[in-house]
Amino acid sequence: MRYDVFFAGYGGQGVLLAGNLLSYAAIHEGKNVSFFPAYGVEKRGGAAMCTVVFADGDTGSPVVGNPSVSVLLNQLSFDKYSVKVKQGGVCIVNSSLVETDGVELPGVEVVLVPMNQIALDMGDVRMVNMVACGAYMEKSGALKSASLEAALKKALPERNHKLIPANVKAMEAGARAVRG
Amino acid sequence: MKQVFTRPESLKNVATHFCPGCHHGSVHRLVAEALDEFGIRSQTIGVASVGCSVFLYGYFDIDVIEAPHGRAPAVATGAKRARPDRIVFTYQGDGDLAAIGMSEIIHSANRGEDITVIFVNNTTYGMTGGQMAPTTLPGQKTSTSPYGRDVSKDGAPFKMAELLSNLDGVAFSARVALNSPRNVLNAKKMIKTAFRYQVEKKGFSFIEALASCPTNWGMNPLDANQRVSDEMIPYFPLGVYKNTAQL
Amino acid sequence: MQTTAAEKIFVKGNEAVAMAAIEAGCRCYFGYPITPQSDIPEYLSRELPGRGGEFIQAESEIGAINMLLGASAAGTRAMTSSSGPGISLKQEGISYMAGSELPGVIVDIMRAGPGLGGIDASQADYWQATRGGGHGGYRIIVLAPASVQEMYDLTMLAFDLSDIYRMPAMVLADSVVGQMKESVTPNPRPQVALPAKEWVVRGRSEGEPQNVVKSLYLGDGEMEAFHWKMQARYQELADNECRWEEAQTSDAELIVTAFGSTARIAKTAVAMAREAGMKVGLMRPITLFPFPRKTFASLSERCKLFLDIELSTGQMIDDVRLSVARDADVAFYGRPPGAGSLPTPEELFEQIKKNYRVRPEQSRI
Repeated sequence: MRYDVFFAGYGGQGVLLAGNLLSYAAIHEGKNVSFFPAYGVEKRGGAAMCTVVFADGDTGSPVVGNPSVSVLLNQLSFDKYSVKVKQGGVCIVNSSLVETDGVELPGVEVVLVPMNQIALDMGDVRMVNMVACGAYMEKSGALKSASLEAALKKALPERNHKLIPANVKAMEAGARAVRG
Repeated sequence: MKQVFTRPESLKNVATHFCPGCHHGSVHRLVAEALDEFGIRSQTIGVASVGCSVFLYGYFDIDVIEAPHGRAPAVATGAKRARPDRIVFTYQGDGDLAAIGMSEIIHSANRGEDITVIFVNNTTYGMTGGQMAPTTLPGQKTSTSPYGRDVSKDGAPFKMAELLSNLDGVAFSARVALNSPRNVLNAKKMIKTAFRYQVEKKGFSFIEALASCPTNWGMNPLDANQRVSDEMIPYFPLGVYKNTAQL
Repeated sequence: MQTTAAEKIFVKGNEAVAMAAIEAGCRCYFGYPITPQSDIPEYLSRELPGRGGEFIQAESEIGAINMLLGASAAGTRAMTSSSGPGISLKQEGISYMAGSELPGVIVDIMRAGPGLGGIDASQADYWQATRGGGHGGYRIIVLAPASVQEMYDLTMLAFDLSDIYRMPAMVLADSVVGQMKESVTPNPRPQVALPAKEWVVRGRSEGEPQNVVKSLYLGDGEMEAFHWKMQARYQELADNECRWEEAQTSDAELIVTAFGSTARIAKTAVAMAREAGMKVGLMRPITLFPFPRKTFASLSERCKLFLDIELSTGQMIDDVRLSVARDADVAFYGRPPGAGSLPTPEELFEQIKKNYRVRPEQSRI
């Protein structure tokens, strides 16, 4: 099985950390992983995106034109990248920051998750990326929650390990929001 | 009978390509004597430069790397870092060291690389036929300064021994000349000191040797020697400009 | 030596290069900062000194390549790395190293050019790398990794080939492979029989021959003899060291060819074409010099259509055309390097569809 997911938002939303986290989780499950980051020309507050591909065998192209799942965290990313989602694919949208009214994405399942709001409710808006990862995990069924939990130890620097329980809770909340 | 004069072991028994009256041969000999007297020939790696000094490997009976033009201090840096137990020296002319190689010499000196640099300043590009060098004296006519070096356009000659002495990485910097027996004896003392500093791992040591180039100066060897005294030494005063052992 | 399988790690391509260099016994690194390869000097400045190695941030790329020359002449495994503008500066030293028959590893994480260009992925330094790059007529070994695992493996291979054939070896990658992270098995250094370095400058002792590392050949016939000797060595490389990856070529009506990360993208496009029932294969040169000419020649005995894809306006295509049979066609699809020019598999699949044609059965022998 080969999975691909595209994450996009603005710098500061933890898009790259989310991609790293999913990568470590996939490695934890014995998969081969390819994580391809891309940045806007602006180094602060500009666009941030990454593609993660994981598979039992060859990961193939690190670049994906039409992702099976896209997780879009701000309006700019949604406007630019929602149309690229593959037919039959899923577009997970941070509805706290994204207005989707009037946008038709035929053949694509749009999943609205108020990620900022959920993160705020969990105590810190900076955990928006963890909420996003939880939503992806639940919707795609590609990775187990235990793998993501284990991945936090690798993706976060040692000094932030005390935040792991809070991050796990944020991921669970993201997953719950998708289950509805 | 007591032997009082012989060829240094570090030099090969061959004729050099140097022109009559050229001081390169004298500098070669003094460096070779220093290697012999410290007994370090078998530990020494020479780095040749581009110019009249390019045939270093043909005259010195030691292992030699031939560096690209101006890059000898960088090559020596690599060799010394790879083999810190070896004695590494470069031998460079004025165009090589003070024009195209200015960046390499300044930075290796500033890093305090444990190498010795022998800089032969004859105020001209010898090998290519006497063009203007970074050390060509004000007013000096060369094949590319036919009206004489114009300081307002060409800048003033670089005083390398003084310039390098300002860098913290430099342990020893001195200027010597070879135009009289007294100066040769002093030059030998200075060159030995420079190598001793490397043996003692004191840091970067630098010798600037004022040398004659009778062919490109259009002079006979005696007049060329005289020019070293009359024109070069007043502009490039002899002496020790840096000696960390005396700080 | 480590015998158990190493555990997988998750690292950037650039970091994999640095880790492999240490594993390969590289003791000296000399470099100068330039995007997108600065992870390499950063990693080695942290990791080399503690392992008895030397790291120097040189005054320039020129300084760095000449330090490499010196360290290599003294018999040490050494490396430098850079990108386009810096690699141009290193060409002087590379030419001298080639002329002096010195090994040494140079990593080029290509960026867009000419001039200052941009920091995006590019493959436009193919000519510079495979044609020698500097003056005088020479070649160097050029290896093109397409994954982070290959960044690791080919860096180690570069050290071995460079030592065996006594010439500089270049790892030619682009910023996609340099910047992306993948799961990698950090394999232990392979046990390779290496020739003794009898030529190194080491300090000449009594009875030992004088060793001189030089590129000056003034004697009658000396320079010419050097060139013929090197020509024979290049042939030996071509005979023994060509490496490539082939996929689904045996029945292919069209063979896509690409190197580096472009080949990764193309491979997925080839899989899309196969799913659509098209007989398409992939030929990815891993050694760009020596170029796997014989493989192209034999593939073109049967398959008469190639599609060369590059992140440039076309450079490797020269070598493909020189290698395939005269009656084979080589189509081209290129994206000049720069922001937004990285092709997607879907885009390359469109190009495959556009060029694909099945030859009538009778025309095949």
